[in-house]
Amino acid sequence: MLSVENLEVVYDDVILVLRGVSLDVPEGKIVALLGANGAGKTTLLRAVSGLLDVHEGEVTKGQITLDGDPIHHLSPARVVSAGVKQVLEGRRVFAEFSVEENLRVGAHRNTRRLSENMERVYDLFPVLRDRRRATAGYLSGGEQQMLAMGRAMMSDPRYLLLDEPSLGLAPLLVQQIRDLIVEINQRGTTVLLVEQNASMALSIAEHGYIMETGKIVMDKGASELLEDEDVREFYLGLHDEGTPRSFRDVKHYKRRKRWLS
Amino acid sequence: MTRFGQSLIQGLGNGSIYALLALGFVIIYKSTLVISFAQPALMVAGATMVVFLTGSFGLPFFAAVPVAMLLTALLGLIVERSALRPMVGKPVFVVAIITIGVDITIRVVVNRFLGNTIRNFTSPWGLDTLRVGDVFVQQRFLAMMLTTAVVVAALFAFFKYSRTGLAMRATAFDQETALAQGISVGMVFALSWAIAGALAALAGTFVGTGGSIDQQTWIIALKALPAIIIGGLDSVGGAVIGGLVVGVIEALVGTYQPTAAPWLGNNFAVVSPYVVLLIVLLLRPYGLFGTPEVERV
Ligand SMILES: Nc1ncnc2c1ncn2[C@@H]1O[C@H](COP(=O)(O)OP(=O)(O)O)[C@@H](O)[C@H]1O
Ligand SMILES: [Mg+2]
Repeated sequence: MLSVENLEVVYDDVILVLRGVSLDVPEGKIVALLGANGAGKTTLLRAVSGLLDVHEGEVTKGQITLDGDPIHHLSPARVVSAGVKQVLEGRRVFAEFSVEENLRVGAHRNTRRLSENMERVYDLFPVLRDRRRATAGYLSGGEQQMLAMGRAMMSDPRYLLLDEPSLGLAPLLVQQIRDLIVEINQRGTTVLLVEQNASMALSIAEHGYIMETGKIVMDKGASELLEDEDVREFYLGLHDEGTPRSFRDVKHYKRRKRWLS
Repeated sequence: MTRFGQSLIQGLGNGSIYALLALGFVIIYKSTLVISFAQPALMVAGATMVVFLTGSFGLPFFAAVPVAMLLTALLGLIVERSALRPMVGKPVFVVAIITIGVDITIRVVVNRFLGNTIRNFTSPWGLDTLRVGDVFVQQRFLAMMLTTAVVVAALFAFFKYSRTGLAMRATAFDQETALAQGISVGMVFALSWAIAGALAALAGTFVGTGGSIDQQTWIIALKALPAIIIGGLDSVGGAVIGGLVVGVIEALVGTYQPTAAPWLGNNFAVVSPYVVLLIVLLLRPYGLFGTPEVERV
């Protein structure tokens, strides 16, 4: 199990961004972490993967454990070796490299079973096999997301942290990515799915956390969250009659949001 | 025609020296974004090691050169770890100044070994020539060209196929994403300085071949600067071509300008690469092979 306990993260020594966040990702499950822009979701993932350093961030309180062992002071390389891999927000493929080179970089910590893992990734993402020699920068958005996920899978991680994989993708592609996440999970990888697209995330997750300004404000089974009136209104963009409504119409959004926490 | 052939070979030979130095510079720049002015010091350090290894230690030339390359690689590694790693994240300009400090420091130490004399350089070629058609070319220039070709090919293969080479390219492209793949960026930084050190040592060896080295030898390394800027700061292939271009221009101008355009004065060859540099900068400010402004999707 991957556990975050009472975590506090500070950027630049002064900006407190996570204020005592706790969440559990039990082995074998898909767990969703939802929240608006700026809530601190990416920061949480950075803390897990050891990537706070590059952003002048620091864990000031609490801990992150993997099967009981603290991992929040490990280097990113160590975290990857421990079996936790993050797919960064915005895909971040190595645009000048070929698809296959991208995958080989993903295998950096696990080169012994390179060809085996590459076959596995190509089976998951057949498009990548077809385009293995293509330059990654020329792939479509959906293909790039698949490449980013496939690259992460190259080290055969036990835990996959996905940061907004559906960002900027057309609805059909979002569905495809969603199905792939399920597939990856069924093949034995635990997934922590960070999303703004709550309906997508909750449709496949077992459990969901909702984060607002650095705090977890709700923590329930995914189906309960889908039923929850506030979640329906603020995160699914649906109000009581089930018709979409934009944030602009929700005049009391700010007030209600405070009430939520 | 013979005159042309001779000066072309000489240009390509000397150009190999500049190419090796420029390569080291570009490799450091790409993976660490540090503009290194320490190349001249690494070059003379390597050359001095060859002098002492073949002299005092009696090693044969072909053993001394790899040993010197290895030792200079180690020196590069130490420089990176001690002087530059603590500066990660500081402004580019500040770090560049630090490399100048490193350059001066190393050269002071090297000069203590060199002393005020001219150190003769024993190499298997000396100034021997070889007849190709009706052209007599110095063997050392051919050796430089061949060795550089082999080294460059090996480097390209390293960057294309090896796990470490890919990791270095990945780090150069996107540091955070490289970290997320489990690449140790510190290792990449250290390694790029080590490679630059080894290349500089080889360049220094070539400078000494067929002649000698002394306390002024480091100035030759400055010609890597126009080579880098002509080729483009961030292009490995550009560094090689830039180096060769500078070498050839210098040789051809040196051969023909005194008779063809004597009004340009003596030793115009020395400044000719800079004239080309200015022209290139006017036409393509990011160098012939550099990336204009890297756009990332
Ligand atoms: N490197 C940084 N330095 C300072 N503040 C940051 C940095 N990165 C993110 N933040 C701030 O931390 C908060 C949470 O950001 P982030 O974790 O990216 O949220 P999310 O991923 O939920 O959109 C935001 O207010 C953001 O401005
Ligand atoms: Mg984010």
